[in-house]
Amino acid sequence: MSDVDEDVVAASDDEEMMTAPEVLQRLEEAWIIERMSPTLERHQTDLVDCMLDQINQMTENLKRCKKQDFRAAVHKMEIDRIRYVLSSYLRVRLEKIERYAHHLLEKDASVKDQSETVLSPEEASYAKEYVSSMESHFQKVVLQQMPEIIRGFDAVKECVRPNLESYIFLKVKEATPGVLLEDDTGDGRDEEVDLEEGSQYLMRYNTVKDLLQSGAVVFI
Amino acid sequence: MLGEKALELIKEMERSKDGKLPAYNDNCVRLVLEEMTALFQQNQDDVNATVAGEAQYYPGIRLRHASLERNKRCLLAYLYNRLERIRDLRWDFGNILPPEIRENLCDPEIEWFARYSKNLATYSRSLGEGSGLDLTHDIKPPKNIYVEVRCLKDYGEFEVEEGDVVVLQKNTTHYLPMSSCQHLIRLGVLQQVD
Repeated sequence: MSDVDEDVVAASDDEEMMTAPEVLQRLEEAWIIERMSPTLERHQTDLVDCMLDQINQMTENLKRCKKQDFRAAVHKMEIDRIRYVLSSYLRVRLEKIERYAHHLLEKDASVKDQSETVLSPEEASYAKEYVSSMESHFQKVVLQQMPEIIRGFDAVKECVRPNLESYIFLKVKEATPGVLLEDDTGDGRDEEVDLEEGSQYLMRYNTVKDLLQSGAVVFI
Repeated sequence: MLGEKALELIKEMERSKDGKLPAYNDNCVRLVLEEMTALFQQNQDDVNATVAGEAQYYPGIRLRHASLERNKRCLLAYLYNRLERIRDLRWDFGNILPPEIRENLCDPEIEWFARYSKNLATYSRSLGEGSGLDLTHDIKPPKNIYVEVRCLKDYGEFEVEEGDVVVLQKNTTHYLPMSSCQHLIRLGVLQQVD
C-alpha cells in the first residue's frame, strides 16, 4: 500500500504546493477559527475538496490491502477522524449560513471581486434557496391573510445579524505592533497594544478581524 | 386584551424549548389574524371619520397600528422558531419523519421540510467536486472503529461494508464498524453499549 500521506498535492488556485499533512493542518486551523468566530469566515473550498479527494483515495487504497493487515485499522481510524473534522467544519458553516443567510448574501452581493466572497458558489445557492423557502412559507401561512398595508415582508429589517463585538480568545502567530483598541464609551481612552508572537489575548472580534484574514492571529 | 393570543404563541414555543415540538396551533394563529383584521377595520373607520385637521382619533389609530405590528412580529417569530425546530428534526431523523412527529406539523410546514431536505441534499452532493459528503453523519468525534451495540428492535438483514451481512434481531448485541451503523443508532434501532 502506498503511503498517501506523503503525496504532494496542489491545494489552492495559485497552485501552491502543499503536502497532505499541511492541508490537514490548515483545515484544522480553519475548523477551530470557524467554530470560535461569531460570523462566517471566508470559505476554504480548495482545502475541503483536496481533503475529500485524499480521503477517497485513501479509502480506495485500503480496499486493495489485506483485511488482516494491522495498518489498515490505523489508516481507517485516520480517515474517520479526518472525515469528522471535515463534516464538523462544514456543519458549523451551514449553521451560520442558515442563521445569517440574508445578511451574508447581502454582504457578498456588495463585494466586487469574486474571490473575496465569504460564501462559496454552492453555499450561496444554498443560502438563497433557504431564504426563499422561509419567505414563501411566511407568505403562505400568515402574511397573505393580513390586512394589505401590513403585509410586506422586509427581510432587511427582520434578519439576524452576527454580533461582531463579541469577545474571542486568540493566539498570535506573527508579532504585530501597534494594534489600535478603540474605546467605544466615547471617553477617548483608545489604546495601542503590541501583539507578541506566541502570546494569547481576549479581544473583540472587530479589532482583530483583519489580522485574522492575513493569518497573523488564530482563534483558540 | 390586545395581542394576548399572539403572546400565547410565543409562550408556547418558549415552554416547549427542550421537549417535543408542539402541534401547530392553527386556532390561535387564526384568532390573531382575525384580531388584526378587526383592528385594521377599526382604523379604517376612524381614518374615514377624521375630518382634515382634526386629531382626536390619532392616539387610537397609533395604538391599533402598534398592535398590528406587534401581532405580525409575534406570528413571524412563532413560524420562524418552528421552522428552526423542524430543521433540527431533519438532522436528527433524516428525510423521513416519524408519524408521531409529523402529525404535529401543518401542511405548509411539511412542504417546507421537503424543500429543506432537498436543498440540503443538493448541497451535500455538490461537495468535493461532485463526490458528495453526507453531513448528517459523523456527528460525534470517532473514538473507535468498532463499537458494541445492542439491538432494540427487529431490523432484519443489515449490510455492513464489503458485503458482510448481519441479522439484527431484538436484544442481540453486535460488534460493528461505527461508520456503517451510526445512522441506525440515531434512528433508535441500535443502542451503543459502553
